[in-house]
Amino acid sequence: MTTVGMTVNGDPVSVETEDRTLLVEVLRDQLALTGTHVACDTSQCGACLVLIDGVATKSCTTLAVQADGSEIQTIEGLAKDGDLHPMQAAFNENHGLQCGFCTPGMIMAGVDMVRRLGKDLDDETIRSELEGNICRCTGYVNIVKAIKAGAARM
Amino acid sequence: MANDGIGASVPRKEDRRFTTGQGTYTGDVNLAGQLHAVFVRSPHAHAHIKSVDLSEASKMPGVVAIHTGEELEAGGINHLICGWAITSKNGSGMRMGPYPPLAIGKVRFVGQPIVAVVARSRDQAEDAAEAVQIDYETLPAVTNPVDALKPDAPAIHEFEADSSVWEHGRAPSNLIFDWELGDAAATDNAIKSAKHVVKIDLVNNRVVPSAMEARAVVADYRSSDGHFTLWNTTQNPHLLRVVLSAFINVAPEHKLRIIAPDVGGGFGSKIFTYSEEVVCLWAAKQAGKPVKWVSGRNEAFLTDAHGRDHVTTAEIAFDDDYRMLGLKVDTIANLGGYMSLFASLIPTYLYAPLLSGQYVIPNIHVNVRAVYTNTVPVDAVRGAGRPEATYVLERLIEKAARELGVDRAELRRKNFVREFPYQTPVLWKYDSGNYDGLLTKALAASKWDDFEARKAEAAKRGKLRGIGLSCYIEACGVAPSSAEGGALGAGVGVWEMAEIKVNPVGTVEVLVGTLGHGQGHETTYAQIAADRFGIPIDSVSVIEGDTDKVQQGMGTYGSRTAGNGTSAVYRALDKIEAKAKKIAAHLLEASEEDITIANGEFSVSGTDRKVTLTDVSLAAYTFHKLPKDIEPGLDEKAYFDPTDLTYPAGAFVCEVEIDPATGTTEVVQFTAVDDFGNVINPMIVEGQVHGGVMHGLGQALLEEAKYDPGSGQLIAGSYMDYCMPRAHDLPKSFDHAFQKTPTPNNPLGLKGCGEAGAIGSPPAIINAITDALGTEDISMPATPEKIWRALQSAGQNA
Repeated sequence: MTTVGMTVNGDPVSVETEDRTLLVEVLRDQLALTGTHVACDTSQCGACLVLIDGVATKSCTTLAVQADGSEIQTIEGLAKDGDLHPMQAAFNENHGLQCGFCTPGMIMAGVDMVRRLGKDLDDETIRSELEGNICRCTGYVNIVKAIKAGAARM
Repeated sequence: MANDGIGASVPRKEDRRFTTGQGTYTGDVNLAGQLHAVFVRSPHAHAHIKSVDLSEASKMPGVVAIHTGEELEAGGINHLICGWAITSKNGSGMRMGPYPPLAIGKVRFVGQPIVAVVARSRDQAEDAAEAVQIDYETLPAVTNPVDALKPDAPAIHEFEADSSVWEHGRAPSNLIFDWELGDAAATDNAIKSAKHVVKIDLVNNRVVPSAMEARAVVADYRSSDGHFTLWNTTQNPHLLRVVLSAFINVAPEHKLRIIAPDVGGGFGSKIFTYSEEVVCLWAAKQAGKPVKWVSGRNEAFLTDAHGRDHVTTAEIAFDDDYRMLGLKVDTIANLGGYMSLFASLIPTYLYAPLLSGQYVIPNIHVNVRAVYTNTVPVDAVRGAGRPEATYVLERLIEKAARELGVDRAELRRKNFVREFPYQTPVLWKYDSGNYDGLLTKALAASKWDDFEARKAEAAKRGKLRGIGLSCYIEACGVAPSSAEGGALGAGVGVWEMAEIKVNPVGTVEVLVGTLGHGQGHETTYAQIAADRFGIPIDSVSVIEGDTDKVQQGMGTYGSRTAGNGTSAVYRALDKIEAKAKKIAAHLLEASEEDITIANGEFSVSGTDRKVTLTDVSLAAYTFHKLPKDIEPGLDEKAYFDPTDLTYPAGAFVCEVEIDPATGTTEVVQFTAVDDFGNVINPMIVEGQVHGGVMHGLGQALLEEAKYDPGSGQLIAGSYMDYCMPRAHDLPKSFDHAFQKTPTPNNPLGLKGCGEAGAIGSPPAIINAITDALGTEDISMPATPEKIWRALQSAGQNA
């Protein structure tokens, strides 16, 4: 077992994990942050996206020990004082989600897109940037709309 | 108040928990002391199990128990069942092979569970599962449904010699049923005497449902009173409960509570009863501790029921004026290694009656042979039978128009059904519609008439541009009980139930037996209740998916919530309204007939006297001053069994551009015009269309659950091999419009919308590709390789 120290959604945490344990397993099973999902096991779908030191990272392909000393933000840490993050609000207003399972990853992908590319995102950019996120419900139409609207308000 | 009622595009109530990570899916449920199950699955498509050695595995750290099929059988656990009886045309019953929850003696598909290892942690269970030693004697496997019918095909199940008369003496060993619908002789005569006959051979590719949340189970057992609680990714908790208790015998119905918390998509795959919930319930009882299993994506590919997988020949006959005279369809349907819960229904009553499409076809005959193969069971996937039917009919008509040199749109229009109700020659009676209106709107919105100019412009850029059309019909509701249940072979009723509780403070709870798994039920039902009283939807809570709270229900599939669920809610609201008016009349010392409801208030018409909904509900529960002919309380329950199915319809136009250098297809414009009858929340309904069309686009261009024919291994077994549609596959431009022809078959006039996109889009897309290429010889998925090869061979032949 290894001790891993991280800051998760602003709170310092220290967990004991096996070296084989994935970051998503620590978040979900040890820290009860179940908003981060696992949907593919092969790093294809993006449901497990979290921000590690501000960078969107697939937590299903990151070992927990790799995150030692990092600052992690999960979907649970995005809203501040009960106010939704603009990207969260935009998903609601634009019907950018149906079953909700891919949604935390989609929102994180949107936030990360703005960090890298700025607030003014066109449809084609968003479509192409979402390559690492899969949704079966929405057909992506309203996800693209939501990210565009959310980005503009960030 | 804000307009939260029927017809308003209200943002969804449920979104806040999903956008903040507070959704609770089955995999998020953790109980104190829970154990973890891992399944040892067959690596072979077809094999005898010679021996199972658990000695090493049982000594591994953390292992609590290891369960086998023999143990379950000795414990009185029955096999998984198919709940829809289909009779072959010679009168024989369908041949249902034994399907033990854990394999006994033989395995029939890769991924079939054989042993369940239960341990303190999932890692420990996985380590111990590795140590289970199973000795197999492998057998030849068959995965293609046509090959499975050949005389030399390996026999997948062992049936007693069948004494009834089959075409060639004995039934082929893998035949499940040989079923027909319609008048064979009349159809043959119509085709023989016709001026024009056009024929097509088609394969409807096998697909993986692929809900983003894979299946999961948490089973709990309380020994003091023998009570089970099952958290499960199910689309129909009550149906699952009756199957697990009455048929499989793993828990008594009155001591089995099923909770479907948030469910992350289903697309059909979560309708069925699977081995894992049976085994986890059994394991929880044996261990006296909760047992959890969460499917990996690899397991989902190998074990979720797949969809489609038809091989079909069809011919259509026209008179000299291009009126349709007859349609003859012969289909072989792959049902996999075992019969899943509704496997028999999909290629029969959800397929053949849809082959009349939007057209007057006086003679139709459909023959369906269902077969076993060494593949995972095949059952309903979004559309379930209806996409297969639409694909046959709409590709055949498009081909006919081209072969006969007539306009594709006009050939369809000439043959449209125009008088309703319309009795087809294949069972269904269409309720209402306006197919001319749909086609006219779709052609206009897609600028159909200007296509040649766009084609010429694309050609200048070196692209091949094509346009395709599809006019679909759907049959929604999976109802009524009397027809589908009684006469056609269902093992269950197909009504729906709702209960409305107005609490003492005037807030409203809607409890309903459907199960939303992405469709926005919490908002849609709340809008219906809010509309009735003129209250905000925030005053309404919707409760689904807990058999201890919702008394009965049939779940969500077959686009049945719109027709049946909302109608049950509507009927329960009728009862609430009647009682509330009676109470209000008493409080206001007025006559019931004079009471009107608006903005959460009950008023005496023509006066300023009024009481609020809260005044009424409080009076109902305090019961201090109500007359004795009124019972206390304000809650009512209603069942709704519709008089018939509903028949949504639509017209889709797809335009593609193909790069001849790479064979890549880009969908440049997609136009969908749908008639779902009335619509409660247009934004949600449009979202269903987007998702459905994209699902169909996946089947048409990208997705194929391909098995290696020799080994029976699933080649496309992860998202690295199975091509899911992604955001960049989205049509460049996507237009949608509604036409509203309400159905008379339910009180709100709703027809259903969840599957339409997946039903109508594959033929529209393929028809556009065949138009661009000038060849009919393109199969789904129309991958760049297939298109490139078609172009090369056309070039060589030119």
